[in-house]
Amino acid sequence: MRNLIDISDLSIKEIDALIKVAKDIKKNPNKYNEKCKNKILGTLFFEPSTRTRLSFESAMIRLGGQVLGFSESSSSSVSKGESVSDTIRVVGGYCDIIAMRHPKEGAPLVASNKTIVPIINAGDGGHNHPTQTLTDLLTISIEKKKLNNLTIGLCGDLKFGRTIHSLITAMSRYKNIKFILISPEELKLPEYTKTEVLDKNHIPYVETTDIEEYMNELDILYMTRVQKERFFNEADYVRLKDYYILNKDKLVNAKKDLCIMHPLPRVNEIATDVDDDPRACYFKQAEYGVFIRMALIMKMLEIK
Amino acid sequence: MNIDSIKNGYVLDHITAGKAMKIYELLELNKLECQIAIITNARSNKYGRKDMIKIDKLIDIDLDIIGYIDPRTTICIVKNDKIIEKKTLSKPKELINVVSCKNPRCITSVERSLDQVFILKENDKYRCKYCETILEQE
Ligand SMILES: [Zn+2]
Repeated sequence: MRNLIDISDLSIKEIDALIKVAKDIKKNPNKYNEKCKNKILGTLFFEPSTRTRLSFESAMIRLGGQVLGFSESSSSSVSKGESVSDTIRVVGGYCDIIAMRHPKEGAPLVASNKTIVPIINAGDGGHNHPTQTLTDLLTISIEKKKLNNLTIGLCGDLKFGRTIHSLITAMSRYKNIKFILISPEELKLPEYTKTEVLDKNHIPYVETTDIEEYMNELDILYMTRVQKERFFNEADYVRLKDYYILNKDKLVNAKKDLCIMHPLPRVNEIATDVDDDPRACYFKQAEYGVFIRMALIMKMLEIK
Repeated sequence: MNIDSIKNGYVLDHITAGKAMKIYELLELNKLECQIAIITNARSNKYGRKDMIKIDKLIDIDLDIIGYIDPRTTICIVKNDKIIEKKTLSKPKELINVVSCKNPRCITSVERSLDQVFILKENDKYRCKYCETILEQE
């Protein structure tokens, strides 16, 4: 595998191998601290995303490598600037591997056609964000000790939420998965994801607007925020942004070993009174993101 | 011109009624100087109604465009008053620079000199190669 543009670029076998390495990194970090000595990661952030960039940079530094890159202050600067093709041809000469974020969908694919340096898609608009999905899979695997036989609640913006779409795609490849889709009417999972992913793989699912209705069945509750930039209409955003707020009271009927996840940053959708609950996994999830990115960088640089 | 007789050229037949103008537009036949006949709502034994286009010149035709708009269309190539070849069409696997992606967040909307590419997926729909937006065909 030369590039990671879409989570489906990875087979289940490859994902399982990455998870295995990430778990070993978590256990024995010192074993890995010189693996990428003399290698350079380029972080090309055509729109800002501090967390994702820091996660990549931390991963490379922990592998003993170095980082260089840029981060545009706003996504609007893209249209005025250099083309993706030109930028990548230049920066490709400065580094050994590139993590790239871009506000336009498909930009990392364009980049990957212009360089022999491996490209990792670190998010392209509302489209793909495969390292988030890998992070989610690692988190589930560590916290639940399995990736099958799970009932997964997805809550919030299921229409535009790309992390949701790729998590569904990724989890659909495992056995005995059931989804509870919790969203307001306006933000339901798109029809094509239902037919092309869920129905096609015979994955059972139910849709509800009520976060508490199936709470007692859930093994995982994945919360998302409603993102302002996906809306054309300010009023719609304001009306829907606080539709779901998970707090201690709503967890009364939840399983004792529920795993609550969130890609972060959160706004109001998880109340801070949940943070100290042992079922809250979202800060650990962010930490695991570094381990899986370390495993990924090594794989793409073909370092054992 | 007698619309029945073409000396050297093409007869596009069995076009779904109403689609001839769309083919005319996308093939940019308005830019040609030869005679072109467009027949709409002609009687057809097989389909009830059909459209036809006759082009009185052997130009280069992009068959992918016709296959994309209406794969039912058949093409007769006429040379010296005789039909020398009949072609049937299917939906092309890839459309390159035939239609543009309508998604304003797609990289094709800003990146210079990037081909517009749509790929035919299993469900018989086209998706943009870059943003995967489904192409809605009218
Ligand atoms: Zn597109």
